[in-house]
Amino acid sequence: MSVLDTHIAQWRAAILRGGAVSSDDADELESHLREQADELVAAGLSEDEAFLVAVRRLGEVNRITAEFAREHSDRLWKQLVLTGSDETSGARGSVPLMLGFAVAAAVVIQIARLLAGIPYGLPQWFVVNLGFFVLPVLGAYFAVVRRVRPRLIIVLAAITVSFGLAVNLYPFEATSQTQILVALHLPVLLWLVAGVAYIGGELGSSARRMDLIRFSGEWAIYYVLLALGGGVLLGLTSLVLAPIAPDAITPVMEWILPSGAAGAVIVSAWLVESKKSIVENLAPVLTAIFTPLFALMLVAVVASYLAVGIRGDFNRDLLAGFDLLLLVVLGLVVYGISARAGRVSRFSDITRLVAVLAALVLDVIVLGVLVARVGDIGFTPNRVVALGLNLVLMINLAVTAVLSVRLLAGRGTAFAVERWQTGYLTVFAAWAAAVVLVLPLLFAFA
Amino acid sequence: MGIDKDLVAALATPLVLAILAEGPSYGYAILKRIRDLSDGELEWSDGMLYPLLHRLERSGQVQADWGTSSTGRRRRNYEITKAGRAMLAEHRRQWETATRTLGGMWGMTVSRTEA
Repeated sequence: MSVLDTHIAQWRAAILRGGAVSSDDADELESHLREQADELVAAGLSEDEAFLVAVRRLGEVNRITAEFAREHSDRLWKQLVLTGSDETSGARGSVPLMLGFAVAAAVVIQIARLLAGIPYGLPQWFVVNLGFFVLPVLGAYFAVVRRVRPRLIIVLAAITVSFGLAVNLYPFEATSQTQILVALHLPVLLWLVAGVAYIGGELGSSARRMDLIRFSGEWAIYYVLLALGGGVLLGLTSLVLAPIAPDAITPVMEWILPSGAAGAVIVSAWLVESKKSIVENLAPVLTAIFTPLFALMLVAVVASYLAVGIRGDFNRDLLAGFDLLLLVVLGLVVYGISARAGRVSRFSDITRLVAVLAALVLDVIVLGVLVARVGDIGFTPNRVVALGLNLVLMINLAVTAVLSVRLLAGRGTAFAVERWQTGYLTVFAAWAAAVVLVLPLLFAFA
Repeated sequence: MGIDKDLVAALATPLVLAILAEGPSYGYAILKRIRDLSDGELEWSDGMLYPLLHRLERSGQVQADWGTSSTGRRRRNYEITKAGRAMLAEHRRQWETATRTLGGMWGMTVSRTEA
């Protein structure tokens, strides 16, 4: 491949990104570029120079794609429509297959709902097993779409079944704290099991694990978008039904809401894969907007906690909120770092570091309070889990902070941060597994 | 000195149609012809020509076919249609009015064509 071919291939990839320029258009532009370059080379320029001049004459890639987008706005919309053949993103898995699994998830959740007698009661077993109704279907979907090896499928299925047996055979007490903790941690484990299927079992690869993290974030964005749309749909449905059939509203909700929520898990996963370019453009923008805002918010929170001290009851909900906040910060850091490739901005590096440091201080404050409480009243399942999770997060944040400082000082690489985060997935998985399997035993199912 | 951006934009469509009225052509050749005709004064980013050609194609003023160049490269050829010629005549009428008006003030003479 000549210098010119390499340059042109890169340029072509840039112009195709975003989907406004079709590959036919790219052919046309490329042919133009080559003719111009040939002429310049014939006039005595080197291939490198000829390419630069020709590209310059053609105009900036952004302006060309914007102009094409204006002329062919239909193309951008076409990407959003369920056309199955999505030439720009290389869709994996067909629409009927995806819909089949989505329906399967909906059917499973409905059967469980009928058995549980919802909405007339909410039995404990339904809450604890909620993850089992949807996430193994997601894992199975990945196994089919990604053509996962049979042996890996058996291993993953065995892990899922053993979790299922454990949480259902453990003799939990009636108002068991450990059971609630299991219910909270089980979905994380099942998500990771489905995630292993997603990355085809390549657990050793940092890049594949990063794919899983990225997938999780993008899946969450799509799920929220679908949930918003679904909420509007259901709201309008009940509004329209109210005058003619007010009695029909509750049954309609019972059938549609759980089915939709379960099916959307699969649909979102499919959307992440087949409509990649959309969220790939959206996620870095969201990260860029929210990292500074979260940094500000965290600094303000830390300052006020340091000034006032933690008062009132430090209960489970508040703790869960804190842990969620810390996880969101980690998510922003990982996303920011992974989107950093190519575009280095000192401002965003600094805001990320500020967010991490503030989150670290906050975590230390929370840990301090927790340790003091344990000293007062001793260990309970809730406190052990809170302490453990905050410890796990603190170690992650501390190392991330060190790596971020090194990055900012020019002595470290973004890849080091990424590798640390991808490696830490193991710790999160081990922690969740410990809570689900070991904790109930330690506290005698209290 | 180049030419004002808005003027170039206004000129682009009739110019491309007029060039195609001379005979079928393709992107690179059209741009070269424009450069020659204006002695290099009228220049715009080459890439902008293609969305314009596609718009003309969609509105039926030109038609396009894939062909191959002498060097065997894939090339898109454009040909003016009947509707394109009618549109060109309309453009021409408007431009003549414009140039006659301004030209009259500046002492230039532009003859009126009989349609």
